[in-house]
Amino acid sequence: MTQNGNREITYLEAVREGLILEMRQDPEVFLLGEDIGIYGGAFGVTRGMLEEFGPERIRDTPISEAAIAGAATGAALMGMRPIMEIMFMDFLTISMNQLVNQAAKIRFMFGGKASIPMVVRAPAGSGTGAAAQHSQSLEAWFIHTPGIKVVAPATAADAKGLLISAIRDNNPVIFMEHKLLYRTKGDVAEELYAIPLGKADVKREGSDLTIVAYSIMVPRALEAAEQLAEEGINIEVVDLRTLKPLDEKTIIRSVSKTGRVLIAHEAPRTGGFGGELAAVIAGSEAFDYLDAPIRRLAGRDIPIPYNRTLERSTVPQVEDIVAAARTLAQEGR
Amino acid sequence: MPYLLTEEVYQVVNHDGKVVGQAPDLPGEDLIGLYRWMVLGREFSDRMLALQRQGRTGTFAPLRGQEASIGIAAPLQQEDWLMGSYREILAYFVKGVPLLSIMEDYSGYISANYPAEVRCLPMQIVLATQILHGVGLAMAMKYDGKPSVAVTVCGDGASSEGDFNEALNFAGVYKAPAIIVVQNNGWAISTPRHKQSATERIAHRGPGFGVPAYLVDGNDVLAVYKVMAECAARARAGNGPSLVEMITYRMGPHTTADDPRKYRPDEELEIWQQRDPLARYRRFLLDADMMTDVEDEQLHEDVVAEIQAAVEAMESLPPPDLNQHFDCIFAEPTPQLEQQRTEMLAEIGYAKS
Ligand SMILES: Cc1ncc(C[n+]2csc(CCOP(=O)(O)OP(=O)(O)O)c2C)c(N)n1
Ligand SMILES: [Mg+2]
Repeated sequence: MTQNGNREITYLEAVREGLILEMRQDPEVFLLGEDIGIYGGAFGVTRGMLEEFGPERIRDTPISEAAIAGAATGAALMGMRPIMEIMFMDFLTISMNQLVNQAAKIRFMFGGKASIPMVVRAPAGSGTGAAAQHSQSLEAWFIHTPGIKVVAPATAADAKGLLISAIRDNNPVIFMEHKLLYRTKGDVAEELYAIPLGKADVKREGSDLTIVAYSIMVPRALEAAEQLAEEGINIEVVDLRTLKPLDEKTIIRSVSKTGRVLIAHEAPRTGGFGGELAAVIAGSEAFDYLDAPIRRLAGRDIPIPYNRTLERSTVPQVEDIVAAARTLAQEGR
Repeated sequence: MPYLLTEEVYQVVNHDGKVVGQAPDLPGEDLIGLYRWMVLGREFSDRMLALQRQGRTGTFAPLRGQEASIGIAAPLQQEDWLMGSYREILAYFVKGVPLLSIMEDYSGYISANYPAEVRCLPMQIVLATQILHGVGLAMAMKYDGKPSVAVTVCGDGASSEGDFNEALNFAGVYKAPAIIVVQNNGWAISTPRHKQSATERIAHRGPGFGVPAYLVDGNDVLAVYKVMAECAARARAGNGPSLVEMITYRMGPHTTADDPRKYRPDEELEIWQQRDPLARYRRFLLDADMMTDVEDEQLHEDVVAEIQAAVEAMESLPPPDLNQHFDCIFAEPTPQLEQQRTEMLAEIGYAKS
């Protein structure tokens, strides 16, 4: 126990706790997905939930990702709050018509008279040796789709609070859970609480340089910041938490203060969300404060390799952030 | 001959090792050859499991209990194509993929030894996808006027995907020379077959798409062989696709990352151990005086030695050439990729050759 009834639990446990607490108080919330019942899901997030909520609310489905997304959309139309778990984010490709042409657009096509309050829980990212079709970070596809919100928490406490808001939201929300974060621990309050969507969080204050990050890049940026603090470089880390809608204000305020910005994400660079972030900054009043070009660190434009050395080297690691931030801190001086 | 569209599961040798059907017309050495492949499958699978446990190879999907799947590949010809999922390794061996190539896959190598002429697409991980590829291949072969067959294999779980059902429909509409095989092993990770589909038999989907379907004992290698040979002959003669449901059982875990005791009753496993495809076929060969215990022992020793040689070859390979991956993205690398290649190789301390 730490202060105010907080305990240290893992990110995975925090997601589970969020699911359980919201399901206890809202009977319209239910889960569907592959092997989420007795098996507890591919990563064990829903372990034990079948026992409490039964097979009607913890629904094991046939292996049909299109049907999972489409049936969730239908149930959401009826006023339920489905939470679909996709086994790996990569398999959302099979759900795409239902998500992009349907869930995202039904409200629009129905003249605002219908809503789709559903959550898509998607384990994402590389680092587990799972290769090219089980390691992708596909957030850019969804950010690019009007009508879908995208959340990518980096800490246990944020995961729980943002999940609650995602479930209560009246729109389809993609909820990205990075596989490497599942085992990370953090202080989490025991009670039910919601963290609003669309609000970034300054995870570390600094004056020399801003790192804008989300998901797995947040702990990596924080570690890099620790290392660079020893060299006298004082870094601010902005955790976006919600990618869409984007909290532009917090980013602009931070960059205006530090005058330098490094954007970091795991997804491939070309067409990645980093480009959008750079454009937002460049088009804002923060531009006048920039002392150096906006820099981006992102995954390379290759599928995630199975080979562990290459896999690691394909996406930004702590040492890459350290090197890029160190260089950027000197630029334009 | 095999029963088309009936409830009866086609068998040549029943669960007790009794001959109940006509064995395929094969010379004795070929019958022993089938047995040798089955032994190799079991020993290889067990060895890979052990290697994974020792941290010497990656996540592996054991095939124990499904060794009769060699009957899928054995009647095929060199020109035919085979596309399976991660559990069809053995059929790949039979089609001509070397042991070493498969082991290289599991250790992150791009195998230099994977022979294109064996006509196997890499094992598919995204469920049911390969079935559409198979139908497309079959359509292309038909267009080219080639008397070849494209065989695709997936699991019972994969049959729930849209891809599976759309593939059947395409195969039927275009009368493609395709054989779509479902290895119904009772489980899809923790999901039992009856939760996958409300139909009693996956084979019933065939008639719904105008595709003749077969139901075969997937633990009876001779029955599988005969059904596959018949389907292949029909396809070669221009009479179109077939669906084959093999009733079998996954005796081991889903993969090395799974513990089936969490969701599967022991009694079920015990029942299926009685129906072990390898033990059954061995009984058949011994009873028919085609093999002696001593010969069987020798055969096992040879197989184990063959696998050991592959493991040693695998473990003495130089580290993989990290440069290769960049060549595998586009037909010719883009300038951006060339730049990223240079950056990446510099970072991991690997000189571009
Ligand atoms: C499109 C897709 N969805 C989900 C998965 C995750 N997954 C891998 S294997 C598997 C079960 C497959 O069962 P089955 O088709 O019966 O084959 P088996 O493993 O029994 O041989 C699942 C759900 C996947 N690989 N691809
Ligand atoms: Mg199966």
